[in-house]
Amino acid sequence: MEAKQYIGEGWKHAILIIGAIVVMLPFYMMVSMSLKSQQEIQSISGGLIGAQETQTFPVCVKTGYSEETCTMKPYQYNYWFAFEKAPIPRYLMNGVIVTLSIFIIQVLVALPCAYALAKLRFYGREFVFSMVLFCLLIPVHGIALPLYVMLAQAGLVDTYSALILPWTISVFGIFLMRQFFMTVPDELIDAARMDGMGEYAIVWKVMLPTAIPALLAFAIFSVVAHWNDYFWPRMVITGNRDLFTPPLGIREFRGGIDSDEFGPMMASIVTVTVPLIVAFIIAQKRFIEGITLTGMK
Amino acid sequence: MGTISLKNISKSFGSTQVLNNLNVDINDGEFLTLVGPSGCGKSTLLRIIAGLEQQTSGDVLIDNKNVNRVRASERDLAMVFQSYALYPHLTVRRNLETPLRLRDYNAFERLPLIGNFSPSKKEKTESINQLVNKTSETLKISELLDRKPGQLSGGQRQRVALGRAMVREPVAFLMDEPLSNLDAALRVHMRSELSELHNSLKTTFVYVTHDQAEALTMSSRMAVMIDGNLLQLDKPQEVYDNPSSLSVAQFVGSPKINIFKGTADSSGMISFLNVNLKRKSSESNTDLHIGIRPEHLEITNESNENTFSGTVAYRENLGSDIFFHVNIEDGSNKIIVRGLPQFTHQISNGSSVNIKRVSDKALLFNQAGMRVQFTNA
Repeated sequence: MEAKQYIGEGWKHAILIIGAIVVMLPFYMMVSMSLKSQQEIQSISGGLIGAQETQTFPVCVKTGYSEETCTMKPYQYNYWFAFEKAPIPRYLMNGVIVTLSIFIIQVLVALPCAYALAKLRFYGREFVFSMVLFCLLIPVHGIALPLYVMLAQAGLVDTYSALILPWTISVFGIFLMRQFFMTVPDELIDAARMDGMGEYAIVWKVMLPTAIPALLAFAIFSVVAHWNDYFWPRMVITGNRDLFTPPLGIREFRGGIDSDEFGPMMASIVTVTVPLIVAFIIAQKRFIEGITLTGMK
Repeated sequence: MGTISLKNISKSFGSTQVLNNLNVDINDGEFLTLVGPSGCGKSTLLRIIAGLEQQTSGDVLIDNKNVNRVRASERDLAMVFQSYALYPHLTVRRNLETPLRLRDYNAFERLPLIGNFSPSKKEKTESINQLVNKTSETLKISELLDRKPGQLSGGQRQRVALGRAMVREPVAFLMDEPLSNLDAALRVHMRSELSELHNSLKTTFVYVTHDQAEALTMSSRMAVMIDGNLLQLDKPQEVYDNPSSLSVAQFVGSPKINIFKGTADSSGMISFLNVNLKRKSSESNTDLHIGIRPEHLEITNESNENTFSGTVAYRENLGSDIFFHVNIEDGSNKIIVRGLPQFTHQISNGSSVNIKRVSDKALLFNQAGMRVQFTNA
């Protein structure tokens, strides 16, 4: 490469680095604040991790713990108190149960639908597909109230079902998988038919394994959306704290006697965010490896 | 046994007629090639035999049983596809096993984990393994069994696709242009391997191709299809020597047959250009198409009433033969003449040549393109 090219590449990288910093800054603040003491946070001092001086935390004492228990380093306190104050593991588990159930049922529904829309010839297929596209245009918030009323009538408010059921049919999933299945050669499906597979066996044994990359993309979309969703759980979980999902749990740190204690709040947010980031990193590796259709042509 | 009969098969997609009342009887153990230009309906016909496509009307009989309502998987046929269609996520071994597992295991035994508790599964697994090993030895792919299709070359994938078809020992093999994705050298090599395979398996092969060379070299009989019609079904040599119509004559043979405009006079005597054939056509007083293959024309020094002359426009040297593309003097035709290198190597583009025909080799076609016979008078 010549010097000129290096400069060109340099510009690109400079712009990307600035973009990355803008995106990462809130995360940096979150992690930093989850490690520092309240005074350091409020006076915006102490750099990334603060001085980490052992001290006694007044809010802790006010809550009813002994002074001895409340004396420790800020990072210890923030994470300890976050877990003391709210059942965070329970929230995380709820988050896992809800997002995984949603994703699995979405796949169970979307794959056969997408296969039928992409590869089977039947009367009205184009109409059904245009309905799928039409449903993509409906905003969730527009139908939230009728949905809530229906769930309430069915007596499902304050249950896992209320969190899961409305999301089980994902038109976006159907659309995404249908577009991917369009690229799978018909001959592969014909070969499976000649080998003796039925249509459902084709969906699960041939289409599903070839669609892993697309499915992962959909998984990231679906899991992130429902893990982070605040709007819907807030609507249908009205009283039962045991059903709180992580975003609802974070809300526990707002208001009340200790209204502005950011340390434990940020600590809880870090705990809630980390599983997603780890999952994303793992998925990303698989995503890039992906099973390609190189075996086909 | 593996006889396949097609009776009055028609197929249309919407208003487009793709197949037009076809009747074919395929004998047991035969290598039948369906050949024709692309879009002639040959692949559709194969898919109808396979059961992947439903005919608009007509019957398909396999071993004299009507299979119109039988699903593809239950017709006991195996198919090799142009793109091989191997399962990309499975190893070669699993690819070969798949049709056997689907045939031999019952629904319970196919379940993951708990399926292994079935008492009969072990025995079946063993027989599947044996069949897979036997097939992979026949095709020399034993060392590839643990690879994924993505890690194989085109030729290897081709073999695996053949293997997947063979393991089940079906009543007939259906092949849809299986060699067209290979490079030229490998294609020629695989032709002979397929022929050998056919000889050793003695199973019915139905082979679809647009390449008339494949049809001529491999098949015991070839069916020439053009525009959804079956024009001729016969032994390859017979189709080449005795085409039933002008379209067949033009499709079969490379380079293409030369067509001259000629006439038959009131007594049936045939003439074209300045040449008189000295033979009589069964149709008299009419215009005719006279077909002469490039190898039945010679470049000569003579100039008499049996020769005509032209200018060489292009010289195509294949090493063993040289084909001369010649513009005939009156400007009516461009024809191709085969020359032997030892006699014609000095002839270059632009030189004018005399051309003589080998007697007794001309083919006559009437205005409708149908074959016209000579009379012996």
